[in-house]
Amino acid sequence: MIDWFQNLGRTSLAIFERLGCSGLFLLRVLAALPALATRPRLLIIQLYSVGVLSMMLIVISGLNVGMVLGLQGYNTLVDFGAEDSLGQVVALSLVRELGPVVAALLFAGRAGSALTAEIGLMKATEQLAGMEMMAVDPMKRVIAPRFIAAVLSMPLLATMFSAVGVLGGYFVGVGLLGVDSGAFWSQMQSKVDFYDDIVNGLVKSVVFGFVAAWIAVFEGYDAVPTTEGVSRATTRTVVHTAFAVLGLDFILTALMFGSD
Amino acid sequence: MQKRTQEIAVGVFVAAGLAALVMLAMKVSNLSSFSGQEGFEVVAHFENIGGLKERAPVTVAGVRIGRVKSVVYDDKAYEALVTINIDSKHKLPEDTSASILTAGLLGEQYIALEPGGSEKMLKYGEEIKLTQSAFILEQMVGRFLFDKAAEGNKTAEGAVP
Repeated sequence: MIDWFQNLGRTSLAIFERLGCSGLFLLRVLAALPALATRPRLLIIQLYSVGVLSMMLIVISGLNVGMVLGLQGYNTLVDFGAEDSLGQVVALSLVRELGPVVAALLFAGRAGSALTAEIGLMKATEQLAGMEMMAVDPMKRVIAPRFIAAVLSMPLLATMFSAVGVLGGYFVGVGLLGVDSGAFWSQMQSKVDFYDDIVNGLVKSVVFGFVAAWIAVFEGYDAVPTTEGVSRATTRTVVHTAFAVLGLDFILTALMFGSD
Repeated sequence: MQKRTQEIAVGVFVAAGLAALVMLAMKVSNLSSFSGQEGFEVVAHFENIGGLKERAPVTVAGVRIGRVKSVVYDDKAYEALVTINIDSKHKLPEDTSASILTAGLLGEQYIALEPGGSEKMLKYGEEIKLTQSAFILEQMVGRFLFDKAAEGNKTAEGAVP
């Protein structure tokens, strides 16, 4: 019994220690951000590898999710003769939930894991230590640009996901299933509010981007500098980001849409 | 040269993200039609608003010209006080009447305005005096059954002598 309590205590302390470490790490990253203004080129390179290279995945997934939503929504709504509200169903579910959440999960798999592996390997091959020897701050040179590139990319990617998803729903609903095109758009416009739905969705994606970026660079920087350690850190990035995004999504949804 | 391609790609990426946002704002949401700021407000008292919600449409002759801004309970009048936001390019005469209707059998409720014949126009913050409450299905069914029962009694009484 006592052992059990000891285990529980040890685990909780370990969790809090890690949270504290990551919090301090975040502060250091944020403090290193202003230095980036003098080297915008570093940011562009990272925006390319984090954002641009994820774009194809996001656009294709968005299109598919939108098409599936169109198909499923139509099959359910047609029973009630309400297939005209298909546009509203597709747009609201994408803009409020699926856009930010699915984009964040895909982003963690595509870009977050890559960031962790890259930084972890830099640490394992002592490149970070080498930079410090040359009086180059790895926080400013390596971590900060990757972090801010991920934070900036996420909202853009989530917005693209939603926009392409709506088009996918349009292709399936109007193109294949014969929903009236005017009804599709007008029902959507009458029910989707710019501030309540689109801006809130955007806020969600900013929060998710921040969390995903934070976890990815922290796990990389904190990785045990061995082959196995890097592989574990990469796995942890994906798993923790998924948990964090889904948990935060519930909280944010309750805060934003709960009081209607 | 690789630098150039990278920068172009990032530029395209950012532009695509912004274009997606503009598309969501203009095509998907209602930002292009009603932003909620421009327009003038009028109020109306209703005995019963049924299921009227904020942001429900306000129509004249079936055309949407505004939205319900807020629905609150008025302690003094024991009635519901509805604030309506109407697009400022429209004008309504002073004796406009408002009624709460339902779109379709089970659809959402909205306010239909019917302009009167007055020369004077409604001004900002004024009240629409002529209102008609929401159509409540349960009350209607109840009244109908009651009337039928009363009718039945009458014919029964008439048959006795």
